[in-house]
Amino acid sequence: MMDILQILLSESFWAASLRIATPLIFGVLGALLCEKSGVLNLGIEGIFVAGAMAGWMAVWLGAGLWGGVIVAALVGAFFGLIHAILTVPLGLSQHVSGLGVTMFATSVSYFVYRTALPNVSSPPRIEPFQVLDIPILSELPFLGPVLFQQTGLTWLAIFMVGSVWYVMNRTPLGVAIQAVGDNPDSVDAQGLSVYGLRIGAVVAGSALMALGGAFLTMSAFDAFFFGMVNGRGWVCIALVIFASWRPGKAFLGALLFGAFDAFQVRLQTEVGALVPGQVFLMAPYILSIIALVVAARSADYPRALLTPWFKGQR
Amino acid sequence: MKERKGGLLLKLIGSISRRILLASVVGVGVLTSAGVAAAESIKVAAIYTLPVEQQWISRIHKALNTAAERGDIEYVFSENVANTDYERVMREYAEQGMQLIVGEVFGLERAARKVAGDYPETAFLMGSSFGPVAPNFSVFDNWIHEPSYLSGMAAGAATETNVIGMVGGYAIPEVNRLMHAFMGGAREVNPDVKFIVNFIDSWYDPPKAKESAFAMMDAGADIMYAERFGVSDAAVERGIKAVGNVIDTSGDYPGTILASALWHMEATIDKAVANVAGGTFDAADYGQYSFMAYGGGSLVLDESLVATNVVDAIRAKEADIMAGMFRVNVNDDRPVSDN
Repeated sequence: MMDILQILLSESFWAASLRIATPLIFGVLGALLCEKSGVLNLGIEGIFVAGAMAGWMAVWLGAGLWGGVIVAALVGAFFGLIHAILTVPLGLSQHVSGLGVTMFATSVSYFVYRTALPNVSSPPRIEPFQVLDIPILSELPFLGPVLFQQTGLTWLAIFMVGSVWYVMNRTPLGVAIQAVGDNPDSVDAQGLSVYGLRIGAVVAGSALMALGGAFLTMSAFDAFFFGMVNGRGWVCIALVIFASWRPGKAFLGALLFGAFDAFQVRLQTEVGALVPGQVFLMAPYILSIIALVVAARSADYPRALLTPWFKGQR
Repeated sequence: MKERKGGLLLKLIGSISRRILLASVVGVGVLTSAGVAAAESIKVAAIYTLPVEQQWISRIHKALNTAAERGDIEYVFSENVANTDYERVMREYAEQGMQLIVGEVFGLERAARKVAGDYPETAFLMGSSFGPVAPNFSVFDNWIHEPSYLSGMAAGAATETNVIGMVGGYAIPEVNRLMHAFMGGAREVNPDVKFIVNFIDSWYDPPKAKESAFAMMDAGADIMYAERFGVSDAAVERGIKAVGNVIDTSGDYPGTILASALWHMEATIDKAVANVAGGTFDAADYGQYSFMAYGGGSLVLDESLVATNVVDAIRAKEADIMAGMFRVNVNDDRPVSDN
């Protein structure tokens, strides 16, 4: 019991939670943007892979770290555009199109990787984002190591939480996106473009998702490898429901999942001999499901989610 | 009307992505089989469930490429084949007239043996946790418990906190065996040493392996057993030492890797190819060809990081193993943390 308390109170535990949560924060925010406009984007897992590959490869080719981030975002936006065209003006099944985008983006990423590097013994490494050591702030007790010994991408993720919140709640654009996800007819009656808003939201959301993937290859690690996204995208789809489509809660949800994961590895080292290891590995997912069950009861679904809208048709 | 238009578009995209996939398979095949044209060469196909960069697979891939460069074999391969798709690829290669099919069947032991039974003229040499099946299904594995034991000695002598962290992929016999051998070696030189063992249930998730390693360091580990990619990176970040497995990564992490237990697949492949060429291939366990005595396993030590008396002790033990005077215990059980 003391051990568990000690884990929960340690700085390194919370620093690890935030590190693990970072790709999820990008992913949840991206999913939130798409779904707020009424479009479910199951392309997320593939977009993560594409972002991870594209960002890393851009840096490897000499684009610089932030150049890599931009490339990753653009690649994500491209796959988002495919999904948006299929589901918004064409009104196809969002589930089928999203899964198609995941398969497509994953395969294309592997194809590009293997074409560029047909004969490597280990994936080439890049110089990843380094921890930003802010002189005075990082000396702060507790907050210093947790918040101020993270990489630039983690900060960008936190900044994006605020930005998405601001756009969604304090700008006309945000109001329009929320409206198009709730009642597209009313948006159309206002003379705004339902298609334009939805496509824009899906493209922007997909760019954010790609940054989650880029974090894995450019900050958490320094190389790309097949399969390294490992389901992180799917976790975001669940977390966005947990967050009830609110950016602040999305951040908390991602952090909670990161904390579960950081907790299970530490618990495994403490009492691993008593329980099979798989129990620990399951823990973050089980706890997320429980959290989801509790939170989903009061979740505030965008009312037009999954419903295609056609101009001039009621 | 809208429905149909959309359906077509989706179909089109489906066929494009399929074509790209096909092109990629063909591309990889062409790349690897180019330049091999000897008349007598054996046709070999390999099927991997992960990309060829993965440590374990990279050793097989390297040995087969070496054999292909010598002109002994014509080599093609498929990588990243899902376990659920593996049987189909096995059958396709067998139907194409491949003489030897190499791969890994840890995820489809029974099914793979059934496929082999359907193609008795084809030789199968598969990484497996179980035994061979007559007439044509042989097995191998990375039996490098001997160098693992030796690398454990280096780790046991180097730890100051007497805590060693071990991050594994899956707790399957081949992984467990090497971990136990490593722990045995460490305990021989340092009876007080304690181990923290985690599995991440993935063969490749470096961020996760890294987080596991950090957690162990928080719990006091000052030497890491790097079974997976990511662990050595964590060791570099915290300035502690690590021990490598299967491949030599000391070039990637200078000043960090005390020792590595290396696996050399050449002995196994060359033996199997010779047997196929001579028409004497039958069901056998090729595991022994990964032993040190056959050159299938070896230890690489960074002598600038390991104390001289420890180096001497390790070399003496190495000589004992080579001479058959010392046998490393084989224990396939899942290792657990000491508490």
